[in-house]
Amino acid sequence: MLFEEFDPLQGKRLQILDRKGKIVNDKLLPKIKKATLLKMYKTMVLGRVADEKALQFQRQGRMLTYAPNHGQEAAQLGSIAAMDDNDWLVLAFRELNAMLYKGVTLEQSFLYWLGNEWGSRYDDDVKVLPINVPIGSQISHAAGLSYASKLKGSGEVSIVYIGDGGTSHGEFHEGLNFAATYDLPVIVIIQNNQYAISTPREKVINSKTLAQKAVSYGIPGIQVDGNDPLAMYLATETARKRAAKGDGPTLIEAVTYRMGPHTTSDNPKLYRDDKEVESWAERDPMIRFKQYLIDKKYLTEKKDKALKENAKKNVLSTFKKVEKSGEVDLKDIFKYTYEKMTPELENQMRYYQNFLDKEGEE
Amino acid sequence: MAVTTILKAINEALDQAMEKDESVVVYGEDVGFEGGVFRATAGLQKKYGEQRVFDTPIAEAAIVGSAIGMSINGLKPVVEMQFSGFSLPGYNQIVTHAARFRNRSRGKYHLPMVIRMPYGGGVKALEHHSESLESLYAHIPGLKLVIPSTPYDAKGLTMAAINDPDPVIIMEPKRIYRAFKQDIPDEPYEVEIGKARMVKEGNDITIVAWGALVREVEKAMKNLDVDAEIIDLRTIAPMDTETIIESVKKTGRVLVVHEAYKSFGPGSEIISRINEEAFFYLEAAPRRLAGFDVTVPLPKGENHFIIKPKQIAYEVKKLMAEKA
Repeated sequence: MLFEEFDPLQGKRLQILDRKGKIVNDKLLPKIKKATLLKMYKTMVLGRVADEKALQFQRQGRMLTYAPNHGQEAAQLGSIAAMDDNDWLVLAFRELNAMLYKGVTLEQSFLYWLGNEWGSRYDDDVKVLPINVPIGSQISHAAGLSYASKLKGSGEVSIVYIGDGGTSHGEFHEGLNFAATYDLPVIVIIQNNQYAISTPREKVINSKTLAQKAVSYGIPGIQVDGNDPLAMYLATETARKRAAKGDGPTLIEAVTYRMGPHTTSDNPKLYRDDKEVESWAERDPMIRFKQYLIDKKYLTEKKDKALKENAKKNVLSTFKKVEKSGEVDLKDIFKYTYEKMTPELENQMRYYQNFLDKEGEE
Repeated sequence: MAVTTILKAINEALDQAMEKDESVVVYGEDVGFEGGVFRATAGLQKKYGEQRVFDTPIAEAAIVGSAIGMSINGLKPVVEMQFSGFSLPGYNQIVTHAARFRNRSRGKYHLPMVIRMPYGGGVKALEHHSESLESLYAHIPGLKLVIPSTPYDAKGLTMAAINDPDPVIIMEPKRIYRAFKQDIPDEPYEVEIGKARMVKEGNDITIVAWGALVREVEKAMKNLDVDAEIIDLRTIAPMDTETIIESVKKTGRVLVVHEAYKSFGPGSEIISRINEEAFFYLEAAPRRLAGFDVTVPLPKGENHFIIKPKQIAYEVKKLMAEKA
């Protein structure tokens, strides 16, 4: 029903909370537990603070490259919150908030961005695949996870994120076609943040919406205000029900905006003007989510301040801890290539260890 | 024991693996209903159903990518690339993902997946159907690459690949899929990955080959008065360096024969290892007899590209005449 009502080909876009946090679509308001809403908001605060600090750390030369999420928090949290604990999360690389919500620790995330593989070694019970850097190639991974869950009857659904840039990739098509062909329980979230690094989405994608691409796979597609956590929740919840019933994948386009640079190596001032950025600042997902929670009396200004203070402390202490660790054990570089090291790998490691023993490090 | 071809031996391995282990799934282009264009998977869909044996879209990247997801979520996928020349759209998934998942997740995820691909020339095929792309795969850390040359090894290596906890690529020498038969055990068995096969012991020269060329080497040596030690490498990566080095230390001469392009081919790696570890045992410069560095010619000209027994004999004679 929802997907028929909000047909992207008719120019429809789902919104429940407007930019000021007022409910504009009362009859569609999803039922979300208080605890869930607060977990979403708490994660949003932590994600936002972690983002801001990560940029600072990078400028101070304490962090390597970092891909900020600022502005895209609701697109991630609204969707991931509608999933079950038992579901799988498959990432692109700008989903810190979804990761934190799903149980990846801030410590692991910082460790990864500091250049250590252990940052992708999530806890055993955290069903999240590591960040996926090669654009567009992750949808088929989600399809495979879901093929297995369908075959085993385990009920797990996979949610996979991709950017607007990723939809141009051939593997976007292959992955969606594959998932749709076998009616796999997969939910694909496009975080349409308007830019593929410096290239505006309109310049390189001819279709009016990204959601309408679903039509060619014979699956529903919906365009959602990606800065509206409730709309994202509703769309994902509906898609999840569909997936669990065995009806196959859904494509959700979250219309959002990357407030910061693509990564710390990027200067967005070169390709977009301040006015555009300001207009999106008014649509900040945090403004409306906070207002909604205050209106519901789930949150007060005082509590909000405390949350932010706590998040700051948490982020600073976590980063300091991560900064101090991070020494790489030479053996780790070799020993995870195969289950058992090959004779040649053993040779190479031995050679280098001998070299270090004799000559020392630079 | 049953007399069988390489193709049937592969089919038997898949069948027995599926029978024994419900997590094994087999899929690819035309793999299900038809049983593959070479019939390597014939009969499997009928026996194990459309969920475990199925046809896919023509989408090599999605075939490999989905196998990655399945492996992480408890299955053991065995996928087919219809021809090795068409594996390249899947190469991104194989190299940027399949090869790296164990390492980049520090062991949280590992991929017990198998990618089968018929390879090699000599079957008078169209463009892109005759390549020998060993180097593209053997070069990549995290991948294993095996190539059987007999029905016995075809079954044993396929079973070993399926049971291996890491991604294994099997290049199948399609030219000899049905070329000859061999008695092989009925019951399941494995041939260890990473171990070469001593085809024939000898003292005069070491000849290293694999796939369809092992038989060509044997043919070449039949009428030659040279006591060659013939090694079927069988696993390209990780390579059984020890067997090669031991042999070269004994014979002092070595010829590597492969259909893969000569420059930057597996022969270069083999000879480098020999130079590093057995240089002072050599009585003649090590040599490669390999595919020319040209696009494999179409059938009318392919004969010039394919390595023939007479050519192998010619190289062996030259090497034997050399004195250090």
